This record gives sequence, C-alpha cells and structure tokens, in this order.
Amino acid sequence: MDWQAIGLSVRLSLCTAAILLLLGTPLAYWIAFSRRRWKFVVEAVVALPLVLPPTVLGFYVLLAIGPRGPIGALYGRLTGGLLPFSFQGLLIASVLYSLPFTVQPLVAAFGAVDRKLIEASWCLGASRFTTFRRVVAPLSRSGIATGAILSFAHTMGEFGVVLMVGGNIAGVTRTVSISIYDQVQALNYRGAAETSLFLMAFSFVVLALTYALQRRVGGVWPAN
Amino acid sequence: MAGELICDCALRMVNARLTIALEHSRVTVLFGASGAGKSTLLRILAGLERPSSGRIEFRGEPWFDATRAIDLPPQRRRAGFLFQDYALFPHLTVLENVAYGSGRRTAAALLERLGIADLSARKPRAISGGQQQRVALARALAAGPSLLLLDEPLSALDAATRVRTRRELRRILAESGIPSIVVTHDPTEAIALGDWMAVMVDGAIRQMGPVREVFRKPADAMVAASVGVENVLPAQVEAREGGLLALQVGERRLHCMDGGESGSVFACVHAEDVVLARPGSGGSSARNRLDGTVSSVTLEGPLARVELDCGFPLVALITAQSAAELDVKPGEAVCAVVKTTSVHLTS
Repeated sequence: MDWQAIGLSVRLSLCTAAILLLLGTPLAYWIAFSRRRWKFVVEAVVALPLVLPPTVLGFYVLLAIGPRGPIGALYGRLTGGLLPFSFQGLLIASVLYSLPFTVQPLVAAFGAVDRKLIEASWCLGASRFTTFRRVVAPLSRSGIATGAILSFAHTMGEFGVVLMVGGNIAGVTRTVSISIYDQVQALNYRGAAETSLFLMAFSFVVLALTYALQRRVGGVWPAN
Repeated sequence: MAGELICDCALRMVNARLTIALEHSRVTVLFGASGAGKSTLLRILAGLERPSSGRIEFRGEPWFDATRAIDLPPQRRRAGFLFQDYALFPHLTVLENVAYGSGRRTAAALLERLGIADLSARKPRAISGGQQQRVALARALAAGPSLLLLDEPLSALDAATRVRTRRELRRILAESGIPSIVVTHDPTEAIALGDWMAVMVDGAIRQMGPVREVFRKPADAMVAASVGVENVLPAQVEAREGGLLALQVGERRLHCMDGGESGSVFACVHAEDVVLARPGSGGSSARNRLDGTVSSVTLEGPLARVELDCGFPLVALITAQSAAELDVKPGEAVCAVVKTTSVHLTS
C-alpha cells in the first residue's frame, strides 16, 4: 500500500476541512440569514462544484493559480514560489471543490435554528457575533460536524481536480486516488486492490460515524 | 423615571400612533383580535421589525426615525421581550438562560427572588410551561430592561395554570418597577393585568385609556366588538358557601363560581349571557335574578341590544324577536337572569 499517498491525502483533507470551516461558516451564515434578492446567485456559485466535471473546475483553477493568473501572480510576489503542481495549489483547488459539502450542511443547520432564539439573544443585548457563538453555533453542532466530515471525506476521494492542478509528484501531490490509478496503469492490481479497499473501508467508517452522530445530536438533546 | 414612549409608524397593515406614559410599573395592555397587528407593533417597538415609515421615541431618545435614518438595533434599545412560547435557549440550563444577558450573580439572586432557584440546573424542556414563563420573565428582567414587552404571555399555558400564573405575573410586573406593554386578545387577561389599555383594530389604535373605562365605554362599535365584554361590574366578595361566591354589586347580590377570589373584584358578564324575563316570573335554574328597568333598546340586525338599570348598568343582547315578544321598551320593568357560570371574576 502507498502509505505516503495516504498520509498526503489525510493531510490535504484535514487542511481542506479546517480552511472550509473557517471560510464556510461566515459564508453559510450570510446565505442562511441574508435577505438580499440576489442571494440565489451566491447559492448557485457555491453549488457549482456539485455539477461541474472536476476537469472543468481544475482547468479554471489551473489558469487562476498559474504564474500569469491573478492568484498565482499574487502568490509569486508574496512568496516567490509557484502554485501549480504544489501542495498549496492543490489545497486551493480542494477548498473550492469541496465548498458545497461544507456550506450546504451549515446553511441547513443555521436555518433550522429557531429565529426567536436569535431575536431573544439580541433583545438581551448580545451582539450578532456573540449570538452566533452562544446560540447559533451550539445549536448547529451536528450540522457543523457533518460539514467538516463531508468535506474531509470528499477531499480524500478527489481525483480529477488533483490530476489537473497537482499532477502526480510523489510526496507532494500524489494522493491516494492518483496512486491507485498509477498502480492500475502499471498493472500492479494487488497494490491497487489493497489501497482501494482501504479507501472504501475508510469512507464507510467516516460516513457511518457521521450518520450515527447526527442521530444522537440531532434527535433529542440529552436529558439533563 | 417617567417619560413617554411615542410611536407613530407604519409597516404593512399596521399604522399605529400611540403615546404611552412610562410610569413606574405601569402595565399597558395592547388589546385586539388576532390579526389586528398587535404582535407586529410589539416587534417594531423591540427593533425586531423595521417600520417602513414614521418614528419611535423613548424618553426623548429617538429609537427609530425614517426621515433621519435612525434605527437603533434591539441590542441598544434594551427592551426586554417575552416571546409567546418564551424562546428559552434549549441548550442552556435555567440559570445559564437567566444569566445570558446579566451574569451569574444577578441571575441567581433573581431566581431566588422569584422562587425558582431550585430549577437552576434544569434544562428548559424539563420544566413546566408556567415555570418556563417565569424563567423567561427572569431572563428579561435580569438584563435590566428599560421597558418590558410581553407577547401573549399566558397563551401557551393550559387554562388551569393560566389563572394562577396571571396573578403571579401581575405581582412580578408590579414589583419590577419597569413599565411594560402586554399584548393580549383576552378581556379577562386585560382587566387582570393592565392599568392602561390601547385597543387595536385593523392595524390602528382606536382607543386608549384606563382598562375599565375602555371596557365600560368603548369609543365606537369596532372597539366594542373587539373588547367583547359589555358588562364589567365592580364588586365586593361578601361570602362563600358550597363552592359559590356571593358578590355585592352596588345594592344587589350576584352569585358566581368560587375561584379563590376575595375583596374587591370585577365581575364580567357577556351581554349575550344575560337572559331577559318578565318581572316576577320565577322558576328557572339561574341563581341571579335582577329586577330592573329598560333604559334603551338598539336594534343590531337580528339582535337587540338592551341596556338596563338594575341599580347598576347592565347590557343584554337578545334576539329582536324576543324583544318584540317581551315588549321590551324604555321605562318597562324586566328581570335580567344570569347563570352563575356566566359571571367571570377578575381582580
């Protein structure tokens, strides 16, 4: 089994989930509570990665992070490095690719918080941020967990985007799914089977945990 | 600290203009049928709903002014809001709920004062409706509000708890010293809780005044129809026997069910619960028979509104046909019959 690739995938997935929680929370909050008429446009953009072929997404990301692209140029000026075929470049692509997997559960969870609880908090003098921290976030625990786990699991299995943006550099951008593809190309079916089984078992455990968690937290609050 | 709350604003169907004197502990009842816009007005005052035009001023401080683009957020208005279903934070204990806007020490002291300190560690869903109401009230009071806004505070409770909770609510509001506005559609609640009353019909304030005065003299037919109870009689509890109370109303006696009241009360009787009979004709199960004379008869479609003088004014609503058969005319003697269970007491 390609432990190096597995380690890299886990690292990439953890970073992606962490960044998405940070960026996705304010975005989801805005989508859940904004009354702007053009909100649907933002919602559609967030959902795009669900329907776009990963190659299309990867292609645009590659253009954007290339040395002549806006993000790549800025990155080059700040660090002197290049983004394509690097871990950082892969991270940017993964964040975009998994955006809906974090944002949508968060929006659903925030939207399910009784509006009156939020208003009650405001009337008690709590700011919007404090209200989020003390009321909305604790009541959205299961949604936040779901968003983090789904983006993590989704990144673990991504293939097309990685191939477009990251290429196939061992230890830098060769993730589990690329490694399996490599093994099949090299007719190493045994290795491919082992890694595939590992990924399958891993995905199942993660999803089973997610659903079990939702049942416990989302169902009944533990009686005092 | 006195002062005034001036509101003159519009939003959707609501177009309300009212001035409320913010005297110590004064309870103003915002009364009206459901759909009249009472809750919307209350939410506008709290800053939870933004009026499309107009202004709101609290003790000289502008809370909202459409022309000057002033709109204070709820956090800066500091109006304690009691939601209809109390909106307690389900993930926090009773103590944490009350401490939300104040701090633990204030919260603990307040819970002690309201006699619910033993509930401190419980979660809201583990306590009864009446207790939830008191916790919500404690939470609002703990934050040190300048004004209390209560949206149908008793409607989420069952009938049995309601009467007891109503008395406690009145006491807590009186002791708090904070002026409050209570939304209700229940005349009994209005009389029991309020000092002052504003009647809202179709989004507009139609009448304001002391509660009993509004009930006794509705400014117009719409207010009269809205307040519903035509007879609000000052009474004195004289005796209790066999589950019944004997009341002294003016020179007359009335009987009603014993709900534990004593001293000075108000007896409320719906006009349609008053039956008219020829004087002297006995033989019915009703305990209250009051001889009087007819002061006026007004026809309202198929009904006749008969005002009587039984030593105190009493209004009866009977069918126009019955009025004709009984030959009810001003100056005629009649007997008003009221069942014991039709007399509702409020203090």
